[in-house]
Amino acid sequence: MSVEKKELIVVGAGPAGLSAAIEAAKAGVKATVFDENAAPGGQLFKQIHKFFGSKEHKAKVRGFRIGQELLQEARDAGVEVILNATVLGLYPEKEVLVQQGDEVKHYKGDAVLVATGAAENMVNFRGWTLPGVIGAGAAQTMMNLHHIKPGNRILMLGTGNVGLVVSFQLMQAGCEVVALADAAPRIGGYGVHAAKVARTGVPFYLSHTIKEVEGTDCVTGVTIQQVDSHFNFIPGTEKHFDVDTVCVAVGLSPMAQLLKMDGIEMDTSTGGFVPKCDETGATSIPGIYAAGDVAGIEEASSAMIEGRMSGAAIAEYLGYTDASTKDAREKELDESLESLRQGMFAPKNRGKKIEKTDEGIDVSENLLTHGFVADDEITRFPGFRKQVKVHPVIECTQNIPCNPCQDACKKGCISIGDNITSLPISVEGSECINCGMCVASCSGQAIFLVAEDTEPGYGEITIPYEFLPLPQKGDKGYGLSRSGEKICDAEITNVRSSKAFDGTNLVTMKVPMEYIDRARFYKAQ
Amino acid sequence: MDRIKNHPILGESPEGKLVNFTYDGKTLQGYEGEPIAAALRVNGVMVHRYTAKRHEPRGVFCAIGRCTDCVMVVDGQPNVRTCITPLREGMKIQTQDGVKPLEIEK
Repeated sequence: MSVEKKELIVVGAGPAGLSAAIEAAKAGVKATVFDENAAPGGQLFKQIHKFFGSKEHKAKVRGFRIGQELLQEARDAGVEVILNATVLGLYPEKEVLVQQGDEVKHYKGDAVLVATGAAENMVNFRGWTLPGVIGAGAAQTMMNLHHIKPGNRILMLGTGNVGLVVSFQLMQAGCEVVALADAAPRIGGYGVHAAKVARTGVPFYLSHTIKEVEGTDCVTGVTIQQVDSHFNFIPGTEKHFDVDTVCVAVGLSPMAQLLKMDGIEMDTSTGGFVPKCDETGATSIPGIYAAGDVAGIEEASSAMIEGRMSGAAIAEYLGYTDASTKDAREKELDESLESLRQGMFAPKNRGKKIEKTDEGIDVSENLLTHGFVADDEITRFPGFRKQVKVHPVIECTQNIPCNPCQDACKKGCISIGDNITSLPISVEGSECINCGMCVASCSGQAIFLVAEDTEPGYGEITIPYEFLPLPQKGDKGYGLSRSGEKICDAEITNVRSSKAFDGTNLVTMKVPMEYIDRARFYKAQ
Repeated sequence: MDRIKNHPILGESPEGKLVNFTYDGKTLQGYEGEPIAAALRVNGVMVHRYTAKRHEPRGVFCAIGRCTDCVMVVDGQPNVRTCITPLREGMKIQTQDGVKPLEIEK
């Protein structure tokens, strides 16, 4: 069997792999990326929500658009991407076996980067193998890539960011989400992601897990049950839902098999198989690197930076750049990466219960257990402010790395400061011009424009709206509370859509003044 | 399950070219090039195979070719991952029973 030499072999054309290949190629390295799928981009093209972070992390850009940009950049940099090519093995001396169709080909790289990503975890319950029980990633694949509804009535297990984001996306696809359940006592993902699901009326069941999925040939129902602090079922707490689909979002595990088979030192202390590597992804074998979820589960945003860092290190390893160029680039990227790793959800805070924000404000307990900030909690956060004239109310109450709202407002109505995890402040005395850019730029859909007494006894609330059908001016319906409860009549007085809003419509509703601080969503009659 | 015709973020779904295929002898339609599993789901097919030992039903689970729960007999070849195999005109798709096509009572 002949051996084909390659300079840099990258396994996986997801965000980490492509970013590494681009970075290395820009330094002159000939990069070849293998991916087992028919299309590149990994999971990015299934991400239709706006990303978090700051400008440098492509915050407020939807994942699939970041994917398109990345592919274009890869083409421009001359990266070779070979699809439908499954890497079967990684062997000593950087030899790689790749299955392409019915053929197995043999390659050898001067450097190898493994960016194979992660696989979804599963939990066992009675009925877990029934058709209709699917991974949350499967739901995203079906609806966002193949344009089919994964189900009609769905229960989501898991309230991490994946469970929350996919629940919202299921509703955008026209599916009904009956509930979210999680065995943990607190919601695991960003509060803003939970809140945008909760305000549509979907209930959260924390300290609940699936007892049984019912059905003979496919799912017809599910029973969840409360668990105690030791995760034992509490008798008499069963709740039944008629559903045709159960979606499971209970975490991801790195797919590090290739690294393991090559004899790379693994770190098992974190509960999985993760390669031991330095900041640049360099493993225990010189010339073999790992980047992205395979090196530890994080977000696509961090995977792209990790990829760039590996790419810069590989360029130096292969002699295309010198150490000082590499170090300078590494420092720059490291700062960008570190800013994403701050705040309440930072890797170092995993599993910890956080009582207060960095500003010393008590966190919203209701947000953690029910998915929305209670009416009497919201007033203590700096994004909330009372004013008659139109102004932004920012219901962002956790320290998460995200700041596009601050950049969006040219009038200085929103302030976060230099630390991107600080809570946004609705600035007292600032002059809001009702442009709506902050509402559309908030990836967490947590900004509302509020105007009091627009006519006697009434005020107006502008909400972000990403569902179909889009309400029309003059429509009459209901104002929903943060928990999705109908609390008042509401009339649509304005609907704004714009390319600059990128799919987030701005719907303005008129509500009685006593509901101006409580109504946060609209439901048609 | 239905196709999504119009999506608030992704817009109108592309309309593919409709092709015929057979599923356990019945003629069904799907879009050329979409995963076989997608075409089957739109036609209401949830069970892709029965396990060899306990004869339990299995269907799509991961939808990205990793778990192999959705394998079927395609054009006579068993263990084809239907979630990542594109649909072609005239494909013969059969529910898999163990590693054989399921015998359908006539």
